[in-house]
Amino acid sequence: MAGSEPMPALIEVDGLSASYGRVAALKPMHLRVEDGEFVTVLGPNGAGKTTLLRAISRLIASRGRIRFKGRDITALPTHHLAKLGIVMVQEGRGLFGEMTVYENLLLGAYGLGHDGEKIERRFEQVFQLFPKLRERASQVAASMSGGEQQMLAVGRALMAEPKLLMLDEPSLGLAPKVAEGILDTLGELNRKGLGILLVEQKAPLALKLARRVYVLSSGSVRAELPAHEIKSHYDLARFYFH
Amino acid sequence: MTLRVSISTRLGSYGTFAAISAVGIALLFALVFIQGGYLLTVMQLAMIYGVFCVGLNFFMGYTGQASFGQNAFAAIGGYGTAILCVQFGWEPVAALVASMAIASVASLVVGYPTLRLRGHYLAMATFALGLITYDLSVQWTSLTQGYMGYAGIPPLGIGRFVVEDERLKLVCLMAILLFSLWLSGRLRNSRFGRALRAISTSEAGAAALGIRISQYKLAAFVIAAVYASAAGSLFAHTVGFISPEVFGLQMVVVTFTMLYVGGVGTVLGPAIGAIIASLLPEIVRGAGRFQDIAYALALLVLLIYLPKGLSTLADLGKRRPAEQGGGN
Repeated sequence: MAGSEPMPALIEVDGLSASYGRVAALKPMHLRVEDGEFVTVLGPNGAGKTTLLRAISRLIASRGRIRFKGRDITALPTHHLAKLGIVMVQEGRGLFGEMTVYENLLLGAYGLGHDGEKIERRFEQVFQLFPKLRERASQVAASMSGGEQQMLAVGRALMAEPKLLMLDEPSLGLAPKVAEGILDTLGELNRKGLGILLVEQKAPLALKLARRVYVLSSGSVRAELPAHEIKSHYDLARFYFH
Repeated sequence: MTLRVSISTRLGSYGTFAAISAVGIALLFALVFIQGGYLLTVMQLAMIYGVFCVGLNFFMGYTGQASFGQNAFAAIGGYGTAILCVQFGWEPVAALVASMAIASVASLVVGYPTLRLRGHYLAMATFALGLITYDLSVQWTSLTQGYMGYAGIPPLGIGRFVVEDERLKLVCLMAILLFSLWLSGRLRNSRFGRALRAISTSEAGAAALGIRISQYKLAAFVIAAVYASAAGSLFAHTVGFISPEVFGLQMVVVTFTMLYVGGVGTVLGPAIGAIIASLLPEIVRGAGRFQDIAYALALLVLLIYLPKGLSTLADLGKRRPAEQGGGN
């Protein structure tokens, strides 16, 4: 019966794998994020976390299927994904350092086309979330502190009206308090219904917000479990090193 | 808030520098006008090279790609306008516009497969394009008259109004360069220009925001080609003669120097670079047989102390990023 069919996941990867030359960085894996869900991918360096996000974003060649809200998007090029609402905050923030904060945010809204009113509304929402960005609107991005740059990276991603926000180690290089502030904002966004796929090494921070956790090691999923279960163990080492 | 605030803030420092540059250039022009003669020709060529460099800046500066073959499109402009005017009796302006159209089509055809390459490979492919065009202009004598070149190309003009006076030629060329700069500045700060500059910083990052990389690169390549073609045509109408050497390897080297001396990726840099790099040999002429060495030394000093070009003089005195930021 059509009515009893389960809702398609926000994003679902099926048998996704990727390699750099002969080195398999990601072995065939399955992963899904439900609509409005906060999912964290944990793993040590070299586990394949960044490769996973880059493969989903079509920034690297991969095998397997990727579905977004039930639609097969495997063959779509990267630039098409932002228009669908799949937006990624890259490791190292990926800002356009010589441009101003304002220009970076405008580029975030690139997929919204020429709809000035819509873009202006997005600006207001981002500035409400990160008031500092309003103050620094005319400042060159490279001249901001690490925390402000991360705010800008998240703000720029939000300008695109994402339905799924993927973040690659947003806490990297930030002071614990600053990182906590950024992750708290992500939690707030998730409570408003934004689906989030977060890749992190700092488990305690990431687990505070996640509903489900995937643990990656050597390019494979070692465990998939609700976040509260992993919290009770707290010793993640056994998931990391098999 | 926002757009107006940010742009007016940018125009603050930028506008001051532009004003100082404008005064400096105006004084220079006054001197050239009074002096006349050879200096007038040097400045005319500087304006033409300026137009070429403004176009090259779209591809190399804003988009961050390498092209060693833009001289090919200048050749299309030069020969196009020469053939149409001398052999078919076209009006110079019509010939110039038609040559730009031919160059844009040629750049589309050449750019589509070539721009799949990146970095050094793209540089080599475009370099080959310049070499092929040079060879064609030498070998295809029925069309180009080979080494003999084309003489008797009429000066620019519309109908009965012909720009024959050398000073008036300079004024016209300067107006064309200013228009090119204005267009470049407008495009740089548009949605299109921001997309180009994003590609220049990170292709992956730009694509992740929804920017179609290949389409934008091709657009920048075509714009650069159209500017180059216009410069080629202007050269033909100003000097009245063209030959293969005009659009040879020398042009690539000279325009690269101009672009980097002025400031690659900036709006005013290409024009400033074209003027300075054209005048520099005249300034060091007093060094006699050491003229080339003096020229090279002057360029080295400029590039060492102003690695981002003369147009970044506007940034001197500003606080550096490290001083502004700090902390996490």
